[in-house]
Amino acid sequence: MPRSSSPAQPPDPAAAAKRNTVNAAPAGRPAFTPAASPDPVETDALARAQAGDHQAFAQLYAIHKRRIYSLCLRMVGNIAEAEDLTQEAFLQLHRKIATFRGDSAFSTWLHRLAINVVLMQLRKKGLSLISLDEAMEPTPEEGPGRSFGAPDLTLTGAIDRLALERAVADLPAGYRLIFILHDVEGFEHNEIASMLDCSIGNSKSQLHKARLKLRDALRKHLPQEAQP
Amino acid sequence: MSSSRNNMSCAEFQAQLPDLYASGVNVNNHPHMQSCELCRALVAELETIAQAARDLFPTVEPPDDLWENIESAIKGDNGGSRSR
Repeated sequence: MPRSSSPAQPPDPAAAAKRNTVNAAPAGRPAFTPAASPDPVETDALARAQAGDHQAFAQLYAIHKRRIYSLCLRMVGNIAEAEDLTQEAFLQLHRKIATFRGDSAFSTWLHRLAINVVLMQLRKKGLSLISLDEAMEPTPEEGPGRSFGAPDLTLTGAIDRLALERAVADLPAGYRLIFILHDVEGFEHNEIASMLDCSIGNSKSQLHKARLKLRDALRKHLPQEAQP
Repeated sequence: MSSSRNNMSCAEFQAQLPDLYASGVNVNNHPHMQSCELCRALVAELETIAQAARDLFPTVEPPDDLWENIESAIKGDNGGSRSR
């Protein structure tokens, strides 16, 4: 992979991130939540980047790289793909940044741009979200009988980050996308339906099935003494 | 499959769950939940999973050389082909 002979490193993100209210949001809150008032550092960098200032673009990368990379990683569950998609998202940003008019927060706009990059890539790979939909009726393994007498995740307190991350990564792609977009990123079903070009009902049912599959997967990671 | 006092089966209740969640109503107030221990446990677990997802997923630092790749791609974009 070609590398720049003397790559200019982006500015240290720490100082910018401290002043950036989006990055300073509590873990788990939607990454696209607009700041109450625009961050002056980001506003200045954005204006300069729109005018073609490369260092300002590097500053925007430093501010937003963690959120965008994390989003890509959650959505595809693969480090190499997440790196490629993050690169593609910032390349798209570079191409389109002059078209940003401030109708929404910049972080919201960038977040959606990145999601579209991921979705486009998944479609290129042949993922059909609609085809992943299943009948609304619970299948035998998803039905209530499976849970009878089984350990209660809420009582065992057994959900840990690694188990959850592993379970999410193992979800079928369509389920994982909708779970991440709704439960982690905070999008509403109508927004997800619009992004994924599916019905709102499809989004709702796939989210529910994703949670059911996660529940089954997490039970397999329960301590031995908690197993039924 | 168990039945509730309001004659809704667990399968019927669970088929409604996606809509109930999306509507924002408190699922725990549904009549079926008052009488069905099985579905109460199911709903509690699903809510725990959703909450855990909100609370546990960290943001991750990308590798240091990703910016170099992006810079190369931008230069390629401006003057020719991309690096990836």
